[in-house]
Amino acid sequence: MTIQEIQNDIKDEFSMFDDWEERYQYMIDLGKTLPLIEPKYKTDDYIIKGCQSKVWVHADLIHDKIVFTADSDAIITKGIIAILIRVFSNQHPKHIIEANTDFIDDIGLKEHLSPTRANGLVSMIKQLKMYAIAYQTQLQ
Amino acid sequence: MFKIEDIRKDFPILSRKVHGKPLVYLDNGATSQTPIQVINTIVDYYSNYNANIHRGVHTLSQEATDKYETARYKIQNHFNAKHAHEIILTSGTTESINLVAHGFASLLKKNDEVIVSSLEHHSNIVPWQMLCEKTGAFLKVIPMNDEGDLVMEEYDKLLSKKTKLVFVNHISNALGTINPIKYIIEKGHQVGAAVLIDGAQACPHIKPDVQELDVDFYVASAHKMCGPTGVGMLYGKESWLKKLPPYQGGGEMIAEVTFEKTTYANLPHKFEAGTPNICGGIAFGTAIDYLNNIGFDNIATYEHELLEYATKKLLEIEGLKIYGTSKNKTSVISFNLNGIHPYDVGTILDKLGIAVRTGHHCAQPIMAYYKIPGTVRASFAFYNTKEEIDVLVEGVKKAKMMLS
Repeated sequence: MTIQEIQNDIKDEFSMFDDWEERYQYMIDLGKTLPLIEPKYKTDDYIIKGCQSKVWVHADLIHDKIVFTADSDAIITKGIIAILIRVFSNQHPKHIIEANTDFIDDIGLKEHLSPTRANGLVSMIKQLKMYAIAYQTQLQ
Repeated sequence: MFKIEDIRKDFPILSRKVHGKPLVYLDNGATSQTPIQVINTIVDYYSNYNANIHRGVHTLSQEATDKYETARYKIQNHFNAKHAHEIILTSGTTESINLVAHGFASLLKKNDEVIVSSLEHHSNIVPWQMLCEKTGAFLKVIPMNDEGDLVMEEYDKLLSKKTKLVFVNHISNALGTINPIKYIIEKGHQVGAAVLIDGAQACPHIKPDVQELDVDFYVASAHKMCGPTGVGMLYGKESWLKKLPPYQGGGEMIAEVTFEKTTYANLPHKFEAGTPNICGGIAFGTAIDYLNNIGFDNIATYEHELLEYATKKLLEIEGLKIYGTSKNKTSVISFNLNGIHPYDVGTILDKLGIAVRTGHHCAQPIMAYYKIPGTVRASFAFYNTKEEIDVLVEGVKKAKMMLS
């Protein structure tokens, strides 16, 4: 599936919910499906500095696609990173770099997009794209 | 005793909604809300007599100067300082602390010792670390215990002739502990040290008497006392303020300037370089009037009721742990739900219109002591109600249900 197709799927899933509670409950459940980072990578080197909760992300290049794994000590943050990884994992670096992330707005999580927000969603997206840029250079 | 319905009418913000729910504002430890009287002062200033102070001969400038200096007298009276010129108006507690730290850089020698407490806010740790790096002095820390009280026996042991400065907050922002500052000041003076008390968290709840405390420096921020942000104060004993060098160079703080030599202005202007936050200073005065009209005894009694009620109700929730259980504490409750990150709890509470603080509260050493990433902190003011605490308790239960 392309990044766009996955984003559309997620939008469809979230459109079924009437209120924030259902959306958050779903996100919390998604957090439980997160492909977990190997413990050896759960170090400060792999941490995304947000103010309040810790997020670790690791990326492997398998053939020409990036596979992300991650973890967080907060459940809601775990849900957010799970959504991002579902969108970006198993994709070509070039597509990750070019992808836009407007879908976050569409699924009612816009408030998490503010750069000043303590959960660091913006930093997470930036970090995933940084991995993509690094691997893209390697592929060339 | 005051009528809570009347008090709440003074605060326009309390009737707004957040995410479609009535706002329950329980983040008073971070900043207090602003009563209409203070808002009116700000509007009046910019509508009627906005001008630069201390220089102009024109009417507006004189009016603004009068009101600004009146505010200084109000602050002096409130803290019972001996002289008005012992009150330096600053941009807030942090600047007040930095002003003193900067001044002591020229008074400290290598191997001198500076004592801080383990309950400090980062703004009362970092300036002293910087000072110690600059001077070669050593930083010593008064330890805390599980209840969140400072261990006074350890403080006694840290004191020596080498101790030149002691810095402790009056009340811990993260836990609400009221520290035994009278004892700390007395003991510090016995070895000849100067003592600075950070009153940022105390001043919304307690009216300190700086002469009775015999404290050398006392600092506070207006925005935690129903005043505006960007203004605060430093009380310093006249003898100390004369000894400290100026903090910043600029207009207002000079007596005479030639290229050969500048002589500095007298107190308090020596420490007030440049155009100050005039409107903020005047509004700080209004805020102090407002709090005194309600009465600090009334505030303390009412907030204590809120604290007891909230503590009891929250502890009924299984798996909830309160950090900071000192017998002497103000209306602050720091807590966590077993196995749940405070950030998650805060996010759900926000969705319910409840404003709390989550995180390490700029007091990472305390979080390190308890081995936790942070806490959820509900801090109550005299305009909060038991009904709001009920909303909080239901909100925490909901968060627990969703997040477990």
